[in-house]
Formats: sequence, C-alpha cells, structure tokens
Amino acid sequence: MKNIFLILFILISSFSYSQKCNGIFIGEITDFHNKKPLENATIKLIGTNKVTISDHKGKFTFEDLCHGTYNVEVSHLSCETKVFVLEINGNIYKAISLEHHLEALNEVVVTANSKIEKTSIQQSVSKEVIENFSDKSLGDALNTISGVSSLNTGNTIVKPMIHGLHSSRLLIVNNNVRLFDQEWGDEHAPNIDINSGGRIDVIKGANTLMYGSDAIGGLILIRPENYAVKDSLFGKSALSLNTNGWGGNINSELVRTFKNGFYTRAQASYKVFGDFEAPDYNLSNTGVKSINASARVGYKSFEKGFDAYYSFVDNTLGILRAAHIGNVGDLVRAIESKEPDYIDEFSHHIDNPKQAIFHHLAKIEAYKRFKGLGKLTLQYDFQINRRKEFDRRRGELRNRPAIDLRLFTTSLQPNLRIDAFDNLKLNTGFLLRYQQNDAISGTGARQLIPDYEKYDFGVYATGVYSLNLFSELSAGLRYDFSRIDANKRYRITDWDDVYNYDELFPEFNIGIDDLEYITNPKFSFHNISAGLGYVRHYSNDFELLINYGLASRMPNPSELFSDGLHHGAARIEIGRLNMKKEVANKLMVSLERNHQGFGFAISPYYKYISDFIQLIPIDATTTIRGAFVEWEYIQVDAQIFGVDIDVDKKITNNLGYNGSLSLLKGDNLSDDIPLIHMPSTNFSNELTYKNKDLNQLSIGLKQETVLQQNRFPDYNFFTFDPVLQDDVYVDISSTPPAYTLFNFSSSMNFNAFKTGNIKVEFNIENLFNVSYRENLNRLRYFADEVGRNFNVKLKFNY
Amino acid sequence: MSNFKLKTMKTIKLLAVFFISSLTVLSCSSDDDHDDDHDHEEELITTVVYTLTNNADNTDVVILTFTDLDGEGGADGVYDVSGPFTANATYTGAMKLWNATETPAEDITIEVKAEDDEHEFFYTNTAGLTITKTDVDGGGNPVGIDTTVDTGAAGTGTLTVILKHEPTKPNDGTATGAGGSTDIEVTFNVTVA
Repeated sequence: MKNIFLILFILISSFSYSQKCNGIFIGEITDFHNKKPLENATIKLIGTNKVTISDHKGKFTFEDLCHGTYNVEVSHLSCETKVFVLEINGNIYKAISLEHHLEALNEVVVTANSKIEKTSIQQSVSKEVIENFSDKSLGDALNTISGVSSLNTGNTIVKPMIHGLHSSRLLIVNNNVRLFDQEWGDEHAPNIDINSGGRIDVIKGANTLMYGSDAIGGLILIRPENYAVKDSLFGKSALSLNTNGWGGNINSELVRTFKNGFYTRAQASYKVFGDFEAPDYNLSNTGVKSINASARVGYKSFEKGFDAYYSFVDNTLGILRAAHIGNVGDLVRAIESKEPDYIDEFSHHIDNPKQAIFHHLAKIEAYKRFKGLGKLTLQYDFQINRRKEFDRRRGELRNRPAIDLRLFTTSLQPNLRIDAFDNLKLNTGFLLRYQQNDAISGTGARQLIPDYEKYDFGVYATGVYSLNLFSELSAGLRYDFSRIDANKRYRITDWDDVYNYDELFPEFNIGIDDLEYITNPKFSFHNISAGLGYVRHYSNDFELLINYGLASRMPNPSELFSDGLHHGAARIEIGRLNMKKEVANKLMVSLERNHQGFGFAISPYYKYISDFIQLIPIDATTTIRGAFVEWEYIQVDAQIFGVDIDVDKKITNNLGYNGSLSLLKGDNLSDDIPLIHMPSTNFSNELTYKNKDLNQLSIGLKQETVLQQNRFPDYNFFTFDPVLQDDVYVDISSTPPAYTLFNFSSSMNFNAFKTGNIKVEFNIENLFNVSYRENLNRLRYFADEVGRNFNVKLKFNY
Repeated sequence: MSNFKLKTMKTIKLLAVFFISSLTVLSCSSDDDHDDDHDHEEELITTVVYTLTNNADNTDVVILTFTDLDGEGGADGVYDVSGPFTANATYTGAMKLWNATETPAEDITIEVKAEDDEHEFFYTNTAGLTITKTDVDGGGNPVGIDTTVDTGAAGTGTLTVILKHEPTKPNDGTATGAGGSTDIEVTFNVTVA
C-alpha cells in the first residue's frame, strides 16, 4: 500500500514540477477513420535528435524538452506523413490522427491491447497463449488471468469463474454472439473450440452493457482475427502430443484474403485423449474426444461490409468412473478411501458416465457507415445446443442418455455507433431473442430441466466522453425484459406440501396426471443495468481506471425448475419457483502501467449482490437408494471483495518476470458465514528467457501456488449407516490443502519452406508430479488431479 | 485482373451457397417432435418385496415391503413388515423388485438377474439372523436374489438390504468392500419371537 502512494506521489509531482528544459510531450496517434490506435508510427522533432515510435496503444512520450517551438513530423507505413508546429511551454498532450487512404489500407491494425472501451478494466489472452492451450479448454486458458479461476468436473470439464462467480453470471460472447449452451449447470463447460478464436478478452469491470444486463461476474469475449486487405493465402497447422492421457490435438486453419476486401477462413481441429493419470493411479474413464470446425466469409471496406460465421463443436467427455455413486454412504466411503473406488487399465475408450454435446453457432453481420453519423451494424444469429448425459444404468437404458436437452436460441441485434462528435462516442441498439428448450423424450428419467420458451427484449445506450486530453468518462444504461413460459410436472406432495406452491402459484396448475400435477409456470422479469467508467492517463504510461456497474440477472431455468438427482455427487438439486432476480452493485478500481520495462496492474474490487442465488446442501433425504444430500437454490445477500495484482518486469534484455496474485473474500451476509465455492488465495511467478538471435529460443519456468481455502461454510452432517449401525460424519465441506505446481516451457522457431516457419515446443506440466486436490473441482472427493505431463507441440506457419 | 476478380466472386458465391445450405441442413436435422412429451422414470425401483418362507411350515411367511411410488424426493417411502420371525427356524428368502409406476408393474428382478454379474445384494442385520446367498452368477459369485435365513433366539433388530450396481466381484462379502454404486438401501425393523 505504501508503494502505491509513493507511485501516486511521483506521478503527481512529475506533473507539477516543470522547469525550462523539463517539458513533457505526450501524444496519442489514432486512425482518423476508426480511431484505432496506430502502433509503430515514427515521431520526429525536426531539427533535434529526438525520435520515438508510438507503442501498441498509439502513445508516445518525449521528456526533458526545452521550452520553445518545434516542428513535429509524424509518419506511418500506410499513412500520409503529417507535419505540424507545436509550442512546448511546460507539459502538453496532443491527440494526433493520421489519414489512411482506403486504397492503401493494407492492414487494419488491431493491437494486442485494444480495449472494448478505454475505460474498461480488462485483461486479454493473446493468440500466442491460445495456441499454447490448443489441446486444453477455454477455461484452462482463462485460468492464466489473475482473478479468473474455474469450477471443474474432473480435468476436461472446466467452467470459467471470474471473482468466484460463474455460470449465468458470466457472459461468454463468441464472435459477437452470446453463447447459450445450458451454461447454468455446474458441470456444463462452455462449448467453444479455443482454436477458433483470435484473442480472448476478459472484462472484469462494468463495460458490458452492450452484451447483456446480467454480467454480474464479468464478460468473456472471444474475438476473431482481423485480416489485411490484400491478396494473400496463408495458414497454419499445429500438432500437440502429450504423454498424460496419451493424446493430443491437431488444428489447421487456412485464410484467403483479397485485395477487394473479401476474406474467407476455414478452421478445423480434432482432439483425442485417453484416461488421464494422477501421480499414483489411472483416472479411469476421463478421456475426451472433440471435433470442431469453423468457417468464416466476409467482405470489409471502410464504408460497408459483412461477416458470416459458423462454428461446430462436438465434444464427448468422459467422467471419472469412480465418481458415479449411489448414495451418501458411497460418498462417505469415497471421501474416506483417498483413492478412487474404480481403477482400471489405461484406455482411450470413453464409457459411461459421459457427456456428449453438440453446439452449432451461426451468425451473419453486416455494417454500413454513414457520413457524419457513424456505423450501423445488423446481426442475426442462431445456436443449437444438444446435451446428452449418459449415466451408468441397468438393462436397455444402458445406452440411453439420462439427460437429453436441446436448446435453440436465435437473436437479432441492430447496433448504431455514432462517432461523428469529436469528444463523444455513442453506442446504442436493441436485442430481440427467442429461446426454446426441449427436454427430449426417451431418456426414461425424470426431466431435470423442463421444456420452456423464453423471450427477451433489451435496449441499451452507452457513451464515451473525452473530458480532456488525459481522461475519459463512459456511461451506459440498459433495460431488459424477459418472459419465460415452461411446462413442467411436479409431484403432488412436492407441489402441495414441500414447496407450498398450491398457495403461492395456484394459477400455474393446469391438470393432474396420476401422482403429478401438470403445470405451466410463466414469469416476467424487468431488469435495469447501468455502468460508469472513468480513466485518467498519467505520464510514464500510468493509468487509473474506476468502474461502477449495476447488473441484474433473472433466475435461470435451473434455479427455477431444477428437480432431480445427480449421481456424480449423490445429490438431489432443487430449484424454486419463488426465486427473485439477483441484483449486483460492483465497484472496481485499477491502477495500471503498460510499459515494456516494468508494467503492472493492481485492481481491487467490491461487489454487493442482493438475492444472490447459491446452491447449497440443506438436508439429507432418505430414498430407496439410501440417504441423499438435498441441494437447494437459496437466495442470500452476499459480498465479494478482493484484489488482482499482475506484474511484469524486464530484468535484462533476455530475461523477463511475470507474477500475479489474487486475493478474494466472499461472505454470505444473511447468515454471516463465508460463501460456498469461493476461490482461495493463489499466486504465480514466471521467469522467461528469450533470445531472438538463437532461433527465438524461449525457456520459461512457472510456479503456481493455490492456498487452502480456510473460509468455507460448514455444511457437514451426520447420516445413519445401517451397515455400521451408527451415525457417520459426512464431510462434504472441508477443503483440500494448499499445493504448488511447477511448469516448464520451451520453444524455438525455424525457417522452413519459402515463407513459412516451424515452431517447436517442449513443455512439462506438473514438473514434480505433485499429488493434489483442488477445492473447486466437483470430483475432489473421488480422485487426485492430473499428474506430470510431457508435451511436444509443432506449429507450422505457411 | 478482371478475370481474377470474376473468379474470386465465383468462389465467394460458391462458398456462400455452401455456407447457407449447410445451415439449412443443420437446422432441419431435428430428431425430435415438439409435443408435450413426458418421460417417466423407467429405471425407478419403487418397491422392494423380500418374502421369507419357513422351511418347516409354509404358512409361516414373513414379507418385508418397502414402497416409494414417486421415487426419490416427493413423498417418503413406506416400510411394512408383515409379522415376526419364528425363533431358531430356517427360512427361504426371495427378493423381488418392482417399478410400480409402469402398467403393469415392471419386474426389475428380471433385469438384475439378466445382469447378475453386475449386481449383488448384501444383507446385514442386528436381529441375530444368519443370511446366506444361495444363487450365483456366471462367474460363480453370489448374487443374493435367493437366500436362506437362519433365525436365532428371540429379539428385535434391523435388517438392511443393499443392492450394489457394478460392485467388485468377487469381493469380501461386505457392501463397503464391494464398492460400486448403491441402487437400493432399505432397513426394516424386524422381530424374532
């Protein structure tokens, strides 16, 4: 904390302190047309020896300038050189825009750090990091960002979490389409092929209104790459091989661009892994098979363009065989045994239990720019998600899924971006969305999620205003209306006695069939959300960002209607019709420095969430199978606060350091206890050696430590074991101990063919083969995490 | 140049046609109707009936019944014990499992028998009973649909029936040691008189 004040003090003093040759000239170079920052522009003070180039944000700084008049020359590869006169008399900031000629527009530069809005508190996963995770999942790649963790089911079902919040509280937007893939379930990971995206942005702050009102946790944007407007054909292929799981991934993409603005891209990947291995045993039935493909075709020019995109994901995910249990007694034995109950020889075969998921996503987008107004974009998209979950069942049901759901979503989103004003940019639009869920018959099991139809309408407006040369203010407002209309059967005893719905919702009851009521619950929700952002630039690349957000979320179908048995955890999950919407107020501040030599981001945050919906164990119930834990969705008032810290430091020209730390505290204020499933303190340190002259050799060693979560709610209980004729303690709450992992990475580049190159990587994950369990893994009762893995990657660029 | 342009336009059009047709095909590949279809629990075991007949007196029958017609959740299950066991006697036990939500009720015992290598019943009690499994699967391991029960002195206690799906076979004879997942676990209060 002392250091922050010191830094602030230096910042402030550097502004006020000025003498004759102490002038500072800070500038920012943007493209005249789209206001995108221009990197690598050369800035000369004519008649002096002072020359600099703009950084990836289009920014540059001259220091120690003597007072006087200068001729400034600004040049950029694809722009007309600009010369202007500048008087230095103290400190000055100047925004410079360069004119790209449309014909000469060789490349639209999308820099590595371009933000969705300048006031946005966000972090990015670059294409390079994405490629490193080509055979892992989206959640694994996001895990590299401070403040982002994951809720796992085994090691292949990885659900991202931002600041301890997951599922419906995170918006995942793939290619500008909000992903709807039954994201409500704890064991439902996002169905995205990580290889299909160009970069991933995680927006932790408040600049999320364009995408929805319910980003209580944050927003994950998977964005495509931008291509240069020129005649070109290029592509890449990558092969990854691993010893743990004896499998890997192959990914190929081909891009064709044309001088007239057309472009097309095709990509496909195939992933296969057998059983993964913990240090001491085989994790039977944890293999994965995944087939993915995406295609894109479009046309772009400054004035108009279109983009059509289609992607297909087909995942088959094995679930640890030993995690299929019958009742609480089995769970107690699993917790006590320290080793999985079922261990078999290694196999590539994926048996039940497993998940088989298809996801189709298609969109078409077109835009036109109007002079003196801005850019109008129209987007239409649709998605089909089919989820089948197979259980270990008897007889003819063996090969039938126990859960079979199909979710269809389609939406229309017009958006108008008004950039005609100098200091003000406005973004406004609306959304129409229709969603239908079909619980497909033939499962021979009670429906966990019922059939429903859902209609959404949203309207939003956001604006960014440049207050002065150093600071910007953004604000936004959004309104959403949602209506859900479901068809569900309730057991008569549940409806009348357990939940008291006969008094609360008599109007939903439309009939009776044997032991069940046929019901038609209908709900409407009105949600208001808002965002405020402020950014202040200081010299030496310092930036201060402040974000406030108000987000509201209607309960998802799982929280409203869920009603059934999960074998994976010997639990019955129960949703409630009387759920209210969840409202969050969030405040986040970030002090950042984007500098090659020494950069950092310190981002504290506080979230207050009223009527926070959490799934907690409330009771044990006795069935024909013995005791089960009843988990119910309960609403409480909650607060989550913490800080994310990232540091990067260039130690020498070849040696770099990266570190990150996440601290988080989550409280259930209604019951004055900690919140369930909150990530514990974790930190990482990484040293990287890079040598450009030696085939771009790169060697890295990374340490990651996750401390034990000592703040957890105690939902442990006793259950009667008829075999032992005694009460046994069911310890479902205690958390596993801290662990530290080391990862080694290395890579080299070789020139090959005429224009291409080959990158060879060798990596070792979990270098010391540490046995550990992770608190946020739903299968932590049953088995250790994955052990050491040797990985070889070959990447061809051509 | 114009030739090239023409060619690229053709390619683009071809791609567009391919793209749109693929979407059409995919969006129509629906394999389900949109009726208000309704699944009932086919896997459900609603009823456990353990019938024990005294070898020396076939009118001395003890029937232990557990019934939970609406399955997990909902209303609680109901236990019924028809009467006391006779002390120091030998009974022959027969286990029957039903899914009574089907019409006619489905005999789940048949399924268990068909997959007897993947199933095993376990019996424990505190009433001084000696329960022996008398049937075996293809591998010669006990199944437990058929049993012999020797009663001891008069007294009371509980009798627990556990059905394990996919236990380790052969095992140490205890439900705990056999592993697998529990399909049934019911406990009856019994009397030996």
